[in-house]
Amino acid sequence: MLALEMFRSVPKTVLGKAAGGRVPMLLTGVAAPLRLVTIPPPKVERPGWVRLRVLLSGICGSDLGMLSGKTSLYFSAVVSLPFVPGHEVVAELLEDCDDLPAGTRVVVDPVLTCAARGVDPCPACERGETNRCSRITVGDISAGLQTGFCHDTGGGWSQQLVAHRSQLHPVPHGYADEQALLIEPVACAVHTALRAGVSAGDRVLVSGAGAVGLLATLALRELTDAGEILVVAKHARQRELALEFGATEVVAPKETLRRIRRATGAFQLEPEFSAPYLLGGVDVAIDAVGSSQSLETCLHATRAGGRVVLSGMPAKADLSAAWFRELEVVGTYASAHGEEAFAKATGLVGHDAVARLAKGVATYPLHRWREALDHAHSAGRLGTVKVAFDPRRNQ
Amino acid sequence: MSRPGFVLEVDDRTPPLLVHEGLGFRLEEFPLGTRVIYPPEPIASIADVDGAIRDALLDPVDSEPLPALLFPGMRLTIAFDDISLPLPTMRAPDLRGRIIEQVLTLAAEKGVDDVELIAANALHRRMSAAEIKHIVGERVFRSFWPQGALYNHDAEDRDNLEHLGLTEKGEDVEINKRAATSDLLVYVNINLVAMDGGHKSVGIGLASYKSLKHHHNAKTMVNSRSFMDHKHSEMHSSAWRMGRLIKKHVKVFQIETTVDNNIFPKPYDFLMKREWEWSIKDQASALAMRRGLAIAPQKLRHKMFHDLRSVYGLTGINAGEVEAVHERTIRKVHEQQRVKIEGQSDVVVMGVPYLGPYNVNSTMNPILAACMGLGYYFNSYLGQPVVRQGGVAILYHPLDEGFNTLTHPSYVDFYEEVLAESTDPAVVGEKFEQQFATDPWYVHLYRTSHAYHGVHPFYMWYWIAHALDHLGDVIWVGGDRRAAARMGFRSASTLHDALEMASSTVGGSPSITYLHNPPHLLADVR
Repeated sequence: MLALEMFRSVPKTVLGKAAGGRVPMLLTGVAAPLRLVTIPPPKVERPGWVRLRVLLSGICGSDLGMLSGKTSLYFSAVVSLPFVPGHEVVAELLEDCDDLPAGTRVVVDPVLTCAARGVDPCPACERGETNRCSRITVGDISAGLQTGFCHDTGGGWSQQLVAHRSQLHPVPHGYADEQALLIEPVACAVHTALRAGVSAGDRVLVSGAGAVGLLATLALRELTDAGEILVVAKHARQRELALEFGATEVVAPKETLRRIRRATGAFQLEPEFSAPYLLGGVDVAIDAVGSSQSLETCLHATRAGGRVVLSGMPAKADLSAAWFRELEVVGTYASAHGEEAFAKATGLVGHDAVARLAKGVATYPLHRWREALDHAHSAGRLGTVKVAFDPRRNQ
Repeated sequence: MSRPGFVLEVDDRTPPLLVHEGLGFRLEEFPLGTRVIYPPEPIASIADVDGAIRDALLDPVDSEPLPALLFPGMRLTIAFDDISLPLPTMRAPDLRGRIIEQVLTLAAEKGVDDVELIAANALHRRMSAAEIKHIVGERVFRSFWPQGALYNHDAEDRDNLEHLGLTEKGEDVEINKRAATSDLLVYVNINLVAMDGGHKSVGIGLASYKSLKHHHNAKTMVNSRSFMDHKHSEMHSSAWRMGRLIKKHVKVFQIETTVDNNIFPKPYDFLMKREWEWSIKDQASALAMRRGLAIAPQKLRHKMFHDLRSVYGLTGINAGEVEAVHERTIRKVHEQQRVKIEGQSDVVVMGVPYLGPYNVNSTMNPILAACMGLGYYFNSYLGQPVVRQGGVAILYHPLDEGFNTLTHPSYVDFYEEVLAESTDPAVVGEKFEQQFATDPWYVHLYRTSHAYHGVHPFYMWYWIAHALDHLGDVIWVGGDRRAAARMGFRSASTLHDALEMASSTVGGSPSITYLHNPPHLLADVR
């Protein structure tokens, strides 16, 4: 079968990390540790596992970070190279799997938990906090925090992969494939909204209006009693979408601190040779970008005792504010079975705004992967929220 | 003998005319038939300034002489106009300092010990020590500043404000407590234009937001026609009501001065001359200055203009009862600035210079430029506006100086946030004024830094309410397009382009009046 495979290449990774920022074309050219290959499809060797035919598989910010060498080496211990990326997957079953007949259209919860690994449930999995599973490197399959990072399961950027029944969520009839593709990112957004600990009337900052930020905004608006939701958006289309998804106000990145200061009556301080910050600010800030600048904006714009949620894969940042303002910095990773994030996400994807958004999903065949990654890198500027591979397409 | 102001009609012999535009000027060729209004030349000034001050204090209008109002053990407060007057700043010694010295001398002779001096800056920025020293002079500054007896009025210091009651129209009158509880309040003013002085001095200069909001609002401003004519100004009517209430609580001894319009010292004096009378030297100076300004960085141009100090001549000084004094003052202001004009025109052209009351030692941001042009210059009329209802104002200013975040922090938010939502003075006032007025950060900066009060940009926008209500279009020649658009205006590259744009409002051959300003002029439109 055709698949895109990420492989170990120190020179490419170093080149991407060193020069990718200045010469973006390198990230989809010589510096990309990715190749289009023909490989045998992954095999089903244990009960509960099933082969899936990929219909669509999204390109996530974490995929781009990994391919451009930006992802921390912290994660090198929880992946097994080479692997087929792609953890946002809409697929159909190639055979029966327990209660699901062949041909059922499903989305995949990518987290490879104890259930999928065939080991006794760890304490986190027992509590339903499957995204916190402690056994992600052991069991029947090789190390991998998720489908799309594990050598044995394959990933969505291919024609086939395998998944465990515990990972599968049937897609309701009436949802387009593109709409279904958004269920996994929306599930992450649901988890983010729940982790944000928003109280009634809280003022929330969402830094970033890519897919993560927009869907987090939707989840906050639909699932919490947040008061004002201020979204930081760079591009015109993002601004429109943020308002559609429930933002009270949308601001440009350079305006963020000033607008929050105004809205909250906070005091603004200007430290020497450093970015300004507020004494006072929003109750909750969500970093939906994962850049140093975005994270520092969140830290600097949150009131003392407030909460900063790391929704994007975080970059290095000055944590002085977290100490000085006694901020709660919480991570939010994937989603958990216990909170029924996929069920909630499946409901939210039926929202009109998401349905409209799904119509704008840009799809590419596997062999045009460089174009697809280019597009994904520039998605915000080009007004696209999600880019995906459609392995069924030849052109 | 100075020549009065006059109206020139541009013909084919008229040379290009000087038009101010921020930190520079241009020589513009106006269409034939354009009316150009020139202010009168500087009127005769008083040679013996100290003698005139003494005479005013000893022989006041409708009041006992100042020495008779002074007695041992009394509380004496001297308030004075802040740095927003005069424009440009007066070359030392400042008239206010000379007057204050004489008041203090008389007080000392009468054994008055309890004296405090307050800069009547209302919601303007606190002046720096150097700026206050420039106004009051070194001797007064050294005697009072270190003791804390010379300071800026703080309109947010709740403990030091006194609510004197309500006017018959329900307006709160709240002013500086020290001033309100003094046995005598001496106010020292410089009456640069007709809107200054009178009951506006104490009633506004020493007031709080609670008091100011009654007349500094869109409704009052749009009905002040004009606020250079206090008898037809709603704002002044309100201030007068407040002033009369203040008089019932505290004895006010008003000292008002008028100055000539000798604003540009050598070698910039050609800027005040009529262009066809420019000597070879004047023409060379103009050429050299224009070339120099064209290549000078903005910072240098800013320094060049803002370092300029004017050598004003004192044209009048009157002291005593507020209203009686002010009547005399206004007569003198009119003598210096009034120009009679027959009828309105379709288009008025105004050059907005580098300086207004609120950017002394700071930058002329787009809001201040709009206020200067559409607030002060547009309203500088008696009778009726120079331009007809539905006419067009063409202003010159690059609108590119940006915002000074030290002095105008709330202006940035006003520009970015408020004007993005609406440019209607009534709408923005209704929705945002309270937020800005009570924002603790702005209050903090006003009280402890050198920032204009949070509500101040609203006041600037209210100043232009009458113009916005009256005009059909506003076009900025050479103005930054984005800044003009943010304020709801349009910009043009040249006067001809602006007239072309205006043609949809006033037709292809409109009547045009150019206000050759500064020096300041007051158009008496018949």
